[in-house]
Amino acid sequence: MSEEQEQFNFDFQHETAEIVRDSDELQIKIGDFAGPLDLLLFVIRQEQANIFDIPIARITEKYLEYIQMMKRFDISVAADFLVMAATLIEIKSKMLLPRDPLAADDEEIEDPRQELVDRLLEYEKFKTAAGMLYERSTIEQAVFARGALETDAESAEVDATVFDLLTVFQQIVARHIDEVKMEIEREEISLADMIKTLKQRIFAEQELSLLKFFGEMHSKRELVTAFIAVLEIVRTESVRLLQKQTFGDIILRKSEPPAVAGG
Amino acid sequence: MEGAVEQKTSRSPAELVALVEALIFVADEPITSRTMAEVLEENKGSIDAAVEQLQNEYEARESGLQIREIAGGWQIATRTEFHEEIRAFLKTRPSAKLSLASLETLAVIAYKQPVTVPEILEIRGVQSATSIKTLLDKRLIVAKGRKETVGRPMMYGTSKEFLVQFGLKDLSELPSIEDFEDLVS
Repeated sequence: MSEEQEQFNFDFQHETAEIVRDSDELQIKIGDFAGPLDLLLFVIRQEQANIFDIPIARITEKYLEYIQMMKRFDISVAADFLVMAATLIEIKSKMLLPRDPLAADDEEIEDPRQELVDRLLEYEKFKTAAGMLYERSTIEQAVFARGALETDAESAEVDATVFDLLTVFQQIVARHIDEVKMEIEREEISLADMIKTLKQRIFAEQELSLLKFFGEMHSKRELVTAFIAVLEIVRTESVRLLQKQTFGDIILRKSEPPAVAGG
Repeated sequence: MEGAVEQKTSRSPAELVALVEALIFVADEPITSRTMAEVLEENKGSIDAAVEQLQNEYEARESGLQIREIAGGWQIATRTEFHEEIRAFLKTRPSAKLSLASLETLAVIAYKQPVTVPEILEIRGVQSATSIKTLLDKRLIVAKGRKETVGRPMMYGTSKEFLVQFGLKDLSELPSIEDFEDLVS
């Protein structure tokens, strides 16, 4: 069974598959097996076999029947199921081989089924544990806590608005008017390049101080280009503008992706 | 009391209980006794006693709320008995449940953490890439560094969000995995 589908409201209580006789036809309702071990456990239970003494020939036959059924009903069979089929056939062959005549009489021969049984039992524990988790989450869904209160402490840096951005920019321009020397020959950086540079900086440093960034510009034209680049980045990328204090520096920060690494 | 942190204010026990209640109320995440002890400048023992007192009070008057321990801290939450009426008021539906495959993967990670993808494959017998992605997206698991063996595979463990969503105080509250052994004659 393809693992791709996320099932909602999965019902743990019912068997994963059943064969239903309906007049002349054999109807098959096949559920979603979580894997070959799941299917194998199901087959063993269906056949009422002893897991500690698996009738390997019969179980292999039934297992293969199910695989065939799934194929016939156009249910995609993941490779792992086929690997298990091969494993079962291999075990069956080993069981059929005669005992090695050269081996000492008291030498313990490993049951070819043993490894499989160990795996099945181990798997079954986790399958049951999964059921326990399911029940816990169901109970937990019945409990409600109050949502977060909006406080400044929650986000020490408040999202900056465009007006804050403009104010910081004006500060820089005012500062720059004294420093900038107009060099007409100088090749000005294009907006596209500025955006590219800005993206690279954010990617590398995760965070960028706008005061610092604007401060690095060499001319008024570059400053304006930088300002537009910042607006563009905020519009198109997942970045945030944050400001710790009113009229303070503005930080450009890459937004966190959903999966957070680290403890 | 010997070894007690010097208390700057002398509060009555009742006042401490009230303060603890207020703090637990405003905390947006489960709050630890230690945090409250720091903020209120009391020792942890007094805080724990206050919490217990609070729990008893809530139970005694059959409150619609409970003080419970979850994800390592204290939280005020509604009692399970009232979930239907609450849900009707909030107009929410139960959120989408995880698939069997994802739950199994989560169980393996919860019990065996930190654990690598090949180790998960070994137990489940299937590729778990889709499940792992889903669990990462839902922030139920996090990457916990790499294992120092060939290939340096990534290891995974459960997150705090996992504790919250499954109503656990901490990982030790999970029943032992051996309890899930099927007793076959």
